[in-house]
Amino acid sequence: MELNNIQSYLLKEIADIDAGTLTGAYNIRSDSMSIGRQSTENVEIVSKTGVSGMDIFIKPNTVGESVHIPVVMTQSGLKEEVYNDFYIGDNADIEIVAGCGIDNCGSHDSEHDGIHRFYIGKNAKVKYVEKHFGSGEGSGKRILNPVTEVYMEENSTCEMEMVQIKGVDDTERKTVAELKAGAKLTVRERLMTHNTQRALSDYAVSLNGEDATADVVSRGVARDDSYQKLDLRITGNAACKGHTECDSIIMDNGKILAVPALEANDVDASLVHEAAIGKIAGDQLIKLMTLGLTEAEAEEQIINGFLR
Amino acid sequence: MLEIKNLSFSVSDENTGKEIIKDISLTIPDGKLIVVTGPNGGGKSTLAKLIAGIEKPTAGQILFNGEDITDMSITDRARKGIAFAFQQPVKFKGVRVIDLIRLAAGKELNISEACVYLSLVGLCAREYINREVNASLSGGELKRIEIATVLARKSMLTLFDEPEAGIDLWSFGNLIEVFRKQREEIADRSILIISHQERILNIADEIVVLNSGEIERHGSRDEILPRLIGTPAAVQNCQGVTEGA
Repeated sequence: MELNNIQSYLLKEIADIDAGTLTGAYNIRSDSMSIGRQSTENVEIVSKTGVSGMDIFIKPNTVGESVHIPVVMTQSGLKEEVYNDFYIGDNADIEIVAGCGIDNCGSHDSEHDGIHRFYIGKNAKVKYVEKHFGSGEGSGKRILNPVTEVYMEENSTCEMEMVQIKGVDDTERKTVAELKAGAKLTVRERLMTHNTQRALSDYAVSLNGEDATADVVSRGVARDDSYQKLDLRITGNAACKGHTECDSIIMDNGKILAVPALEANDVDASLVHEAAIGKIAGDQLIKLMTLGLTEAEAEEQIINGFLR
Repeated sequence: MLEIKNLSFSVSDENTGKEIIKDISLTIPDGKLIVVTGPNGGGKSTLAKLIAGIEKPTAGQILFNGEDITDMSITDRARKGIAFAFQQPVKFKGVRVIDLIRLAAGKELNISEACVYLSLVGLCAREYINREVNASLSGGELKRIEIATVLARKSMLTLFDEPEAGIDLWSFGNLIEVFRKQREEIADRSILIISHQERILNIADEIVVLNSGEIERHGSRDEILPRLIGTPAAVQNCQGVTEGA
């Protein structure tokens, strides 16, 4: 697999991988083409027909394997919609690393809309990591609109880390999850917006079975003139536990709207939400300044920690 | 050496101004452990904040090793060698104990080097080093981490604002040991502790009694301590106050 410098840089940023040493199952998509793919005995990656995307089949009882499916875009003006479906067999324990990096040096908007669906089998464990990143000096926007759907069978576990740190001009994130009895979902989302960027993130989690649990935490930093809207909803339809937390730092002329929502349709549903928006606390800055940091250095440390 | 010359600090509300520190002059020589004590509201914490640069005086001058630092920022004072342990430690989401100790030390300490400072304050280093400095820690744990970060600075002048506040009785013995050890290794560095605790007063070279923004007494421990014990300042303060006043 031959990669140019921009492709290598984007892959490193979003998936922390060096394509030359990649092991396990993977598919690397660059400018709407698969430029490298590998299936393994337990993980089969098959192209879809009719629409762009892949079906990824993980055999039951597969343990300790990983799947990397990063996407990079380097052509200005490219717009794509990609459907990837993951079928995770019962008792499997797998790590899935996705993510998209867009480098747009041109004047046209580049857009990647990734629709990921996860069908997680009984007792299976999934760790999903998704990083979104934009670079390039062009006036064309870098747009990412991911849709993530998670369907969890009994006693399955899914841990999702969704990160957008830099350079994405416009994003509308939509995540839907449905959990059966004993299933456990953990989401850690981190969003940083700069300049005039806009990020909308919408979660709808349904806890449909007894002892289903969800813990959805979104942390955001809105700087400059950027805008964030966070819409976190958990619906409890059984004796279940749900927690959402929306925690944001606002800076400069940033604007943030947090809309936590809980819906209980069962007397034994236990649902909690927390939401907080505020600027960096003055005593945090002062403390770090007494350690010898300048105000700007202190601010950077506080934000880096917050979005860790 | 720290020299405070005719320092005053006032706060003003809509109608009146209130003088918190009134024309104080005080020298903190190198190699000494000074304890500032006195009734609550007497201006002790404000004095420490004025030295660290967190508050700006309304009049007077502060010299550190002969240099006028009165208008210097918090950062510059820290870089010159003034460290400050907060009475109420600050919490940070996502910032770990190791991060704070590294920032305090000003270099990339490895885990075992950083753990030394936690062990000094009686924390089992392995359990704490990677934890976030957030509300999941108890008040006493946060306080000890605060003291550990300040020890990591190895500053010329270290200010501790009521280090005993929030520390349980069991840990308090450890804390005294920390100060005793600092006292032994002090060399040309100096320590200023704000405290009400007799056991801390007991290890002081000099004691300053601050009351209503003024230095009421200042002298060696042997000179001041016997006069403090058995004459509660709070009782003296209440003299002349009538019910409903």
